[in-house]
Amino acid sequence: MTSAQAIDKLERDGHGAYVESYDPDAQRMTLNMGPVHPATHGVLRLLLELDGETVMKCEPIIGYLHTGMEKECEDQNWRQAVTIVTRMDYLAQFSNELVYSRAVDRLLDIDVPPRGRYIRVLMSELNRLSSHLVWYGTQGLDMGAMSALFYGFREREVIQDFNEMVTGLRMNNGYIIPGGVWEDLPDGWEPAVESILALMSRRIEEYEELLTFNPVFLERTRGVGVISKEVALALGASGPIARASGIDLDLRRDAPYEVYDKLTFDVPTLTEGDVYARYQVRMIEMRESLKILRQVVDGMPGGDYKNMDPKLTPPPRSELNRSMEAVIHHFKLMTQGYTVPEGEVYEAVESPRGELGCYTVSSGGTAPHRVHVRDPSFANLQLLPPAAIGGLVADLIAVIASLDPIMGGVDR
Amino acid sequence: MALPEILTGMKVVIRNVFRRKETRGYPEVRRQPFPRFRGRHVLDRHPDGLEKCIGCELCAGACPADAILVVGAENTPEARFSPGERYAQIYQINYLRCIFCGLCVEACPTEALLMTTEYEISGSSREDLIFSKDQLIIDTPIVRHWDTKKEYPPESSFDIKQLGTKR
Repeated sequence: MTSAQAIDKLERDGHGAYVESYDPDAQRMTLNMGPVHPATHGVLRLLLELDGETVMKCEPIIGYLHTGMEKECEDQNWRQAVTIVTRMDYLAQFSNELVYSRAVDRLLDIDVPPRGRYIRVLMSELNRLSSHLVWYGTQGLDMGAMSALFYGFREREVIQDFNEMVTGLRMNNGYIIPGGVWEDLPDGWEPAVESILALMSRRIEEYEELLTFNPVFLERTRGVGVISKEVALALGASGPIARASGIDLDLRRDAPYEVYDKLTFDVPTLTEGDVYARYQVRMIEMRESLKILRQVVDGMPGGDYKNMDPKLTPPPRSELNRSMEAVIHHFKLMTQGYTVPEGEVYEAVESPRGELGCYTVSSGGTAPHRVHVRDPSFANLQLLPPAAIGGLVADLIAVIASLDPIMGGVDR
Repeated sequence: MALPEILTGMKVVIRNVFRRKETRGYPEVRRQPFPRFRGRHVLDRHPDGLEKCIGCELCAGACPADAILVVGAENTPEARFSPGERYAQIYQINYLRCIFCGLCVEACPTEALLMTTEYEISGSSREDLIFSKDQLIIDTPIVRHWDTKKEYPPESSFDIKQLGTKR
């Protein structure tokens, strides 16, 4: 096969790198959008077939950010794999760590102390806020509201600072570990969260003022990219996208994990299923997150923040100088790691983007046999073609922003 | 027309114009990270000048990114580097691989390996970013909040800027 034939074949199959063509008979244009396009939120490539400005066919092509993270987990021990899973959906790092840690917790059949559970919820709810702030900024930017991006990222910065204060890093923290959390909250965490709460409740009002009734924004979002309840159910949608289409589903309420059963919050559900409904659902969710955070701060118990089983947790550093036992445990944990009994579990949590699941198989060794992550971005991205077909190219941009896919999570 | 709604949005923008500026003029104004910040590593010394590192390679084993290389050697009465039997003859951290997860610091049994709040790690070649032992080791012992539950700002015991220029 000559190279010209090879390109022809790739074009016919629609998978080539070079597929921009115009079919004069059908008056259709085949167009590549991405993988490097500012509006596709990362390295998402869309193969579009256009009739004038109307999208007739839309095929997402993924894999440009595939780095084999699931496979990489199998090379690490159970504790080290936390640093890998946190990099999958990099805007919801705590949700990733939480779901993996919960899976390992269940395989190990251990208890997490109440304080550890509360800290886990505190961090993942703050994470939900910061993730939605990025979505708010990019959704605004894609609709032409540049200031929305500035405001969203400005407030996200405050939460990133809190992450740094608690965990030592701003992203990819590796803070939630099997058995609890790595370090206790530092002094002064409470005023810090209080100030975030006070700031955010004021600023969410401002976001709403800026966009919610803006006629340009309404024009571009209302009735655009409608996803019906049936389609959403058939394609496995979850999270804000499912809730905007009338599916009343939230794992925090339906399958409570950690301490969510002790907290009261509402789950917003709308039935329109368009971009504007998804916008509204996320805005209400940010308010609900604030409510949850208020209860978590008030209810934060004292005590241990991680399971203190010496077979699982390295001994306190002061013990190392005194006890031979502690030194042995320390060396054993740091060289080999702990073993996890044979078995397989599926755990799921509600990440900012939907149901984030982790299917973990242990063969009884010190490293995972398999870690599969069911990422909500991946499942939700399937809704792009039904939502975009029949609309204009400009509407496609709005739909991508409202689905909020994170390519790190899609490709893993 | 929908003028009132547009004006409400504009009000927000105008209000934000007069808010405090959030950006910093970076090279002149440097951000001081929080005490827990996990930045560039240092190798600590005992107060008597001996190295704390005993060349046990636990840090290299704990590293998920394979960024650390340690080759240990025996101390001799003529050349004594650390209090125990062994010391690290070669100690390298590859900052092209390091993910700053802090597992090596947790693994170190003698508190020799610590993380500072220095975040300006860049180089002009790949070799520049493989830090060797003489770049990592410091002369003044420092205190870390680890396990004491107290936060010591790292700049109280040594100067971060000086550390960067020393190499």
